[in-house]
Amino acid sequence: MKKSDFTILVADDDPDYLFQTVFSLEKAGYKTMAVESQSEAEAVISKFKPSLAIFDLMMESDDSGFILCYKIKKKYPDVPVILATAVSRETGMSFSLDSGKDKSWIRADKYLEKGIRPEQLDQEVMKLLKL
Amino acid sequence: MAVLKVLVVDDEPGIRSGVARILRDFHVTYPFMDEDYTFEILEAPTGEDGITVIERDKPDVVLLDNKLPGIQGVEVLEYIRERKYDIVVAMITSYASLDVAIRATRDGATDFIPKPFTPQELKSSIENITKQLYLKRITHKLNQDGKKVRYQFLSVLSHELKAPLNALEGYLRMMQEKQAGDRIDDYATHIDRSLQRIQGMRNLIMDLLDFTKIRLERKEEKIQEVNLAEIASGAIVTVQPYAIQMDVSINLEVRTDVVIMADPGDMEIVFNNLISNAVKYNKFGGKADITIDSSDTDAIIIFSDTGIGITKTDSENLFSEFVRIKNEKTRNISGSGLGLSIVKKVVELYHGTIKVESTPDVGTTFTIRLPKKTINIT
Repeated sequence: MKKSDFTILVADDDPDYLFQTVFSLEKAGYKTMAVESQSEAEAVISKFKPSLAIFDLMMESDDSGFILCYKIKKKYPDVPVILATAVSRETGMSFSLDSGKDKSWIRADKYLEKGIRPEQLDQEVMKLLKL
Repeated sequence: MAVLKVLVVDDEPGIRSGVARILRDFHVTYPFMDEDYTFEILEAPTGEDGITVIERDKPDVVLLDNKLPGIQGVEVLEYIRERKYDIVVAMITSYASLDVAIRATRDGATDFIPKPFTPQELKSSIENITKQLYLKRITHKLNQDGKKVRYQFLSVLSHELKAPLNALEGYLRMMQEKQAGDRIDDYATHIDRSLQRIQGMRNLIMDLLDFTKIRLERKEEKIQEVNLAEIASGAIVTVQPYAIQMDVSINLEVRTDVVIMADPGDMEIVFNNLISNAVKYNKFGGKADITIDSSDTDAIIIFSDTGIGITKTDSENLFSEFVRIKNEKTRNISGSGLGLSIVKKVVELYHGTIKVESTPDVGTTFTIRLPKKTINIT
């Protein structure tokens, strides 16, 4: 399969980050769907199965990303999910995907710090889509 | 493998042993759960015994008959609810008293199981209850973690500071690598957005300075007589260019001239923030009214707008740090999320109060009361 066969759902309430992420994914060759909120993302998920999803952590609420991970995995267990946020681990966010305990309730396949380069993002997406 | 404790409160021994038999080998799986759930059955023939078991064994689920020899099922339900125990209650009831069961669901029962039931009916009820319980506990965990985040001022601050930097970095890299074309005009929106993000970050830094000022600065030498109408007029002048852009008219009504003892800088923070909010969250062509009045003891300042309003739920967190109400109506409005928390801190420093009343799509009114008598605020 080629990259253009995959549609990536991107949810982020920062319009610039959303624009840049979508821009770089499309440049890499993927199809994208961009939404600006948890509620829009939920509406999309209810009708459509994306090939992969990238969620921002803090949108309408502090844990929007967690909730979206949870909901999408419930509906489509095989869709890979990337959780992206600008909150760094060093500043006291008390989770990562390194510990088994967190992994058991954060339903993401990959946790990424924002500011990631387009090539890196493409790499991670390819890995998760097994390309 | 996780075990849920299910307490059956029913005066009919047949029901109790039946439930035990049906659920003995039953297990619930859910693609999403990490492990299967199985069930350990506890029994109680009366409501009183049920409460003893609840206190001793802390069951996860209670299947509750309403018609019991002593206290009634609904009283047991009330007992559980009053203590806010993390227990899911399902009423077992005959068809004749379904209305009781339905009323009970309003009082906090999760489900009801009509009697007589087949093993399959019981199993599917238990399956539902198990899923609900699991979801409830996960949500609780999420909320707890959400709370933790909210109180970590520094981590949220770093998020707010890094977001614009990430946006800028992204746009600059796009330009550096000429991703959108070779001409500078191909990047007009990118540049525009970058400038807006810089402005946003500057505002955040200004708010942060206000924020630390009211927290750290000693005040005595700055306290003087402050005429609130003068402060209000000054703030209106500051906000006016923005109001013209938004076509919002700002009106000041001074019912009584009020002079209080305060640091004028503090009062400017209050008026600037609330008047600029009244413009920012308004509709095109709307109004912002500021009224200054006084009672025997207090100065009363009312900021009233014809803007987008706030729902009751949203208004509960309105004065917390970095809280920004995010919805369709606010998505194009930028703010640091610090303004109202700063206002509240200032008002409290002067032993005053701030209240908000709002109707979505109609408008919002903030009412501030500041004691007039000289007070010690250091």
